[in-house]
Amino acid sequence: MTALCPECEGVVRLTDDVMEGEIVPCADCGTELEVLSVNPLRLGPAPEVQEDWGE
Amino acid sequence: MSLSRRVDMRIAVLCSQIRVEEKLIFQAFERRGVTAERLDPRTQAFRLDDPGTPYDVVLDRSIRYGHSLYVLHVLESRGVRCINRAAVVATCGDKALTSLALWRAGVPTPPTVLAFTPESALAAIEALGYPAVVKPVVGSWGRLVARVNDRDAAEAVLEDRATLGDWHHQVFYVQAYVPKPGRDIRAFVVGDEPICAIYRTSEHWITNTARGGRASRCPVEGPIGDLAVRAARAVGGGVLAVDIVEAPDGRLFVLEVNHAMEFRNSIEPTGVDIPGCIVDYVLRVARGEVP
Repeated sequence: MTALCPECEGVVRLTDDVMEGEIVPCADCGTELEVLSVNPLRLGPAPEVQEDWGE
Repeated sequence: MSLSRRVDMRIAVLCSQIRVEEKLIFQAFERRGVTAERLDPRTQAFRLDDPGTPYDVVLDRSIRYGHSLYVLHVLESRGVRCINRAAVVATCGDKALTSLALWRAGVPTPPTVLAFTPESALAAIEALGYPAVVKPVVGSWGRLVARVNDRDAAEAVLEDRATLGDWHHQVFYVQAYVPKPGRDIRAFVVGDEPICAIYRTSEHWITNTARGGRASRCPVEGPIGDLAVRAARAVGGGVLAVDIVEAPDGRLFVLEVNHAMEFRNSIEPTGVDIPGCIVDYVLRVARGEVP
């Protein structure tokens, strides 16, 4: 599966088992993207890291 | 009989964004024939007087401490068994509460001081001696963790923190610096078992793999595993990652305990199926085999 990066319009390749909410990097511009929906496939910029994020 | 029927429980994974870790966890459930639903806090609103829940067991993998904490409290109020428990997440998500829990349990941890003004924090740093480490009580990935080597640096860091605005930056968590040998240890504990550990090696004193630290296998048998289990128990137990440093004299100190740890860089060097271990533990909980 492929989709266009909303930042640089580069082609982002995704595996068939991609999940909604998954974080994927754009190989072209390095932006972290979130899979907003799988069907239809939509990508958006991943949220900025928040102060309480982490492991 | 399939495993999913034997479990016969409704299981969910609490998460918003799906990182590599969450994907591996969902795949581990799938391999065991168990359906785990995804509970995304961003799409939910919880009526606090509603006792209903579609889940029996929830594994917390939310990247956001604040979301996790409140959702787990709500779920537990409805009788859901959460991994980790809300109280464990509350403790692990706050470095001051973690230090207190470790200290109460007799787990070795570096001398630590809490102060509430830059002036009293500076006095605390001077009393501990340089270098010292100033950390935010809430936060991960080594963000805003500062090693201060002298009074000038201490004054600068404390002034910065005081102007950041959020109340928790006005809680100054000051810890004696342990001169570690270019590495620290992260040990993974599932239930009462230390399943594996890695050394995190870095030229920089912050060794988080999220900050470029390199992971290699660390033997978990013996004192490191024992200490990790003691630390995990001190905060209430569950699925946890314990950060340990080695002092020059060989003593081990626990720095913190992580409640929704990342593990993508630890599977290959340890050879341990960490997501599989986590999911097996969740299923043991679901079957009532874990108190």
